[in-house]
Amino acid sequence: MGNLQDAEDALSDALVAALDTWPRTGAPDHPDAWLLTTARRRWTDAKRSGTVARRHADHLALLEAERSGNEGAVFRDDRLKLMFVCAHPSIDAQVRTPLILQAVLGLDARRMALAFLVSPGTLGQRLTRAKHKIATARISFEEPGTEVLEERLPDVLEAIYAAYSVGFDGVPVGDQKAIGLTQEAIWLAGLICQLMPDAAEAHGLLALMQFSEARRPARIHPETECFTPLDQQDTDLWNRRMLDDAERSLRRAGQSLSLGRYQLEAAIQAVHVARRTTGLTDWSQMLLLYEGLVRVSPTVGALTGRAVAVAEVYGARQGLTALDAIDVEMQTSYQSWWAVRAHLAARAGERGAAMEAFDRAIGLTEDAAVRAYLFDEKCKLSCRDPCLSSN
Amino acid sequence: MQYMIINYTSPSDHATADSVREAAEGAAWGGYTKALMEAGVMVGGNALHPSSTATTLRVRNGARSIQDGPYATTKEQFGGYYIIDVPDLDAALAWAARNPAASSGAVEVRPVVMR
Repeated sequence: MGNLQDAEDALSDALVAALDTWPRTGAPDHPDAWLLTTARRRWTDAKRSGTVARRHADHLALLEAERSGNEGAVFRDDRLKLMFVCAHPSIDAQVRTPLILQAVLGLDARRMALAFLVSPGTLGQRLTRAKHKIATARISFEEPGTEVLEERLPDVLEAIYAAYSVGFDGVPVGDQKAIGLTQEAIWLAGLICQLMPDAAEAHGLLALMQFSEARRPARIHPETECFTPLDQQDTDLWNRRMLDDAERSLRRAGQSLSLGRYQLEAAIQAVHVARRTTGLTDWSQMLLLYEGLVRVSPTVGALTGRAVAVAEVYGARQGLTALDAIDVEMQTSYQSWWAVRAHLAARAGERGAAMEAFDRAIGLTEDAAVRAYLFDEKCKLSCRDPCLSSN
Repeated sequence: MQYMIINYTSPSDHATADSVREAAEGAAWGGYTKALMEAGVMVGGNALHPSSTATTLRVRNGARSIQDGPYATTKEQFGGYYIIDVPDLDAALAWAARNPAASSGAVEVRPVVMR
């Protein structure tokens, strides 16, 4: 397999079918074989109607030959191979994740630009350049060895998590394609865990996404259709089976001595979820995990989360101090920073500052349900009577 | 005595392999190459793919660092070159890593335009 475009084309039809079917029927036991069968069936259909190019057929035959030729080979899914190709170190580090998302999940530059905070034009150019380089400099499509897998794993995991996030945020409730994307991400992470059973971070990421997915039904209340923050969610609405899976993945990750970003984030989720059985959130344990996380990965999200934990353990004022210590440039357009600031300022009795922060948070929100929730919270602060919020 | 003549050109003049090929056949480069050959002084030469296809490799403390793009600074001098024939970039990088310059300076790997 030497051509990125062919590899993308041959699998895309089958993927579309997968995205249609799996959310309804669940993923099959052998997704790779299923995918290939579907791809072949679709091709046969298309050939009958005379719409498919010859090279497409050749390519499927090649994929199949390759598969039957390497029975028991490491790669269970051709998309995994594609992902590791796209994570080649000779490709611009900034474009690896979007390239993986495009090659493997078919996301376009316009949709991804939001998630990567660049203009669609710039991202499009970078993608074109990277594809050109793969073809011209002839980056190998061979199955990478173990050492190479380990080296490229961080980029591959980052892409999977980005796919999950694009599927999770950017999407109105009930958007099938987006829901498909989150499940797709979980499935790919699962494949990587099988491929590299000792990669703690792969298990950590899988756990993180499973926790998040399990809580999704409670995020928007089924009756009121209101956004509900994590600490107020009805734990009965959480998907119990998925939570069990998540806890199993996290235990698996914990068997290794290394402690990475995804494991820590999953552990933080586990503390939140423990409320299901204990009725309480252990904030001091949470703070400890956040301290670890900001050391490994001091992102604005982690630092903001840490400030929330500080507020719960030491009070709103301490929380505000931690929050304000975050680099100003990072704060400016980060919605959660402003939402947290609004809540903490309100709790500390700084009404004016809270109102201001609510406005900023509302202005930075993309999700209509979250926006309505913030309006409500702001209303509770400005007038004692409950008021009706508007979207 | 043999001499190496190195062409430094503006990336925008030769942005694609096709434009490199075209230029090589064109009046200026084509004419120059022909003149060298007819004078009997030509030993060899190649056109390279644009610098956007380059990969720069360094070895420090035994570990490879691989970067997208051409070698950018001029602290080191251009000391020499090898042309190798291998199946793909990874094989080329494996050879580049063994180059002594990889540990002391840097090695740039660029695909040659095949005619």
